[in-house]
Amino acid sequence: MSASAPILIVGAGQAGVQIAESLRQEGYGGELLLIGEELHPPYQRPPLSKKWLLEPGADHLLALRGPAALIRRKIELRLGQCVTAIDRSGGALQLAGGARLPYSKLALATGSMPRTLALPGAQLQGVFALRSITDSLQIGAAVRRCVAHNLPLVVIGGGFIGLEVAASARKLGAEVTVLEGLPRLMSRVTAPIVSEAFERVHRAHGVQLVFGAQVVELLGSDGSVQAVRCADGAQFAAGAVVVGIGVVPNDALAAAAGLSCDRGILVDDCARSSDPLIVAAGDCTARRLPDGRLLRLESVHNAIEQAQSAAAALMGRERPFRSTPWFWSDQYDVKLQMVGLSYGYDQVVTRGDLAAPAFSAFYFRAGQLLAVDSLSRIQDHMKAKRLLDAGVSPTPQQAADPNFDLQTLLQSAPGPTGGAA
Amino acid sequence: MPQVTYVEPDGQRVSLELDAGASVMRGAMDAGLSGIEAQCGGACACATCHCYVDAAWLDKLRAPSEDEQLMLQNVAAERRPTSRLSCQLTVTAELDGLTVQFPDRQS
Repeated sequence: MSASAPILIVGAGQAGVQIAESLRQEGYGGELLLIGEELHPPYQRPPLSKKWLLEPGADHLLALRGPAALIRRKIELRLGQCVTAIDRSGGALQLAGGARLPYSKLALATGSMPRTLALPGAQLQGVFALRSITDSLQIGAAVRRCVAHNLPLVVIGGGFIGLEVAASARKLGAEVTVLEGLPRLMSRVTAPIVSEAFERVHRAHGVQLVFGAQVVELLGSDGSVQAVRCADGAQFAAGAVVVGIGVVPNDALAAAAGLSCDRGILVDDCARSSDPLIVAAGDCTARRLPDGRLLRLESVHNAIEQAQSAAAALMGRERPFRSTPWFWSDQYDVKLQMVGLSYGYDQVVTRGDLAAPAFSAFYFRAGQLLAVDSLSRIQDHMKAKRLLDAGVSPTPQQAADPNFDLQTLLQSAPGPTGGAA
Repeated sequence: MPQVTYVEPDGQRVSLELDAGASVMRGAMDAGLSGIEAQCGGACACATCHCYVDAAWLDKLRAPSEDEQLMLQNVAAERRPTSRLSCQLTVTAELDGLTVQFPDRQS
């Protein structure tokens, strides 16, 4: 192990790029290598289920940063490289093909991969999961084939990816069926009132929603998918199937090297792993909260925030995760913006027009604001983000009263706790 | 190609030639400028690409949409009459010479 060896970052997605950039902002002047497995330069994933599915364009339009940005920051990008092992005692990475790269310190930003269906027929042609640019292009082409041949698209999973794909496919003119195993949409992250609003929106746009659907088999002929069969015998014809049933963190590399992992690489608030020379950020991590609960966040904001902590930690500084987690989803004309974590809420109040829908759901526990989901209510989202960052809670009555200006609570509060990045 | 001049929070000026049709945000991110985060990548969902437009150019820009106006109400840095979200500013030949400044904080 050599202090003059470069800092290596494994994974060239949102978190990896941010770690590299933040390291330079933190004053790291040494060699810096960003190692990516895909051949595409670092790109944004959120548009892949939204705008990109509708109108794919040139790769550079999806880029997280351009080549000039990496040159300016002296970040060396190595694409198409698969890391096969971390040799912690030797302080080096082992690459497929035999090359060894020594590191002084290491950052893991290996991301996640879509959970797969372990069912008969899951390997048929026409069955897709969405993670990469290639996946998005293939799904877009399959949806267009469905439209041309008048065949339905079946989406398995009524979460964010499934619903965004469903909305995009409807815009492209495909007939769409969404099969959800639970009794409502996005049930893991939203209150029933938000699920119900999206249920109405998707039905109004002609999507067939099936709840409590236990998929048991995908049926095909000549190797191509033709239908999805459920436990109750119901069968849904399918020209193509998109599976959106969550993601699995890519922690195998870390686990094989003996780092503590528990459905993700375990990190503290400062993105430090169980090895003092190794940090981790983004989808591949699981964070231990003060109450002992494990938190996994799969979002752009989490990747950026943890990456900033990780870069500081590599420079020997503590910069704990501090700004309130937030997330967004676009489905048809509804802009969903979520801020805070609603886990453990005991009360939900709403502000705005439920039917439009243009409303916000405020989640409280013991009268304290935990989180806010805003549907086409940008003003609520922005104020809620600042309230949560400042640790200021409206009362449930104030939140539900459309005539109460939440801004007044901010004026008496100190500024947001998040500092300049 | 239209040229846009960016002023980073430390005062450094960077002039870039951008393709017409690109956003002012895209140009800054591609060049790796400081003072911009653009977390949502241009979806008008995060207000972390806030910039101050040189006052002389203000009325040459397309007026902000309702969504952008709502986002601008709660940007992290001081909001000024010249505040815009750079992801919503599309570069055109008429904007050749545009100057924008990034604030000291985006989140």
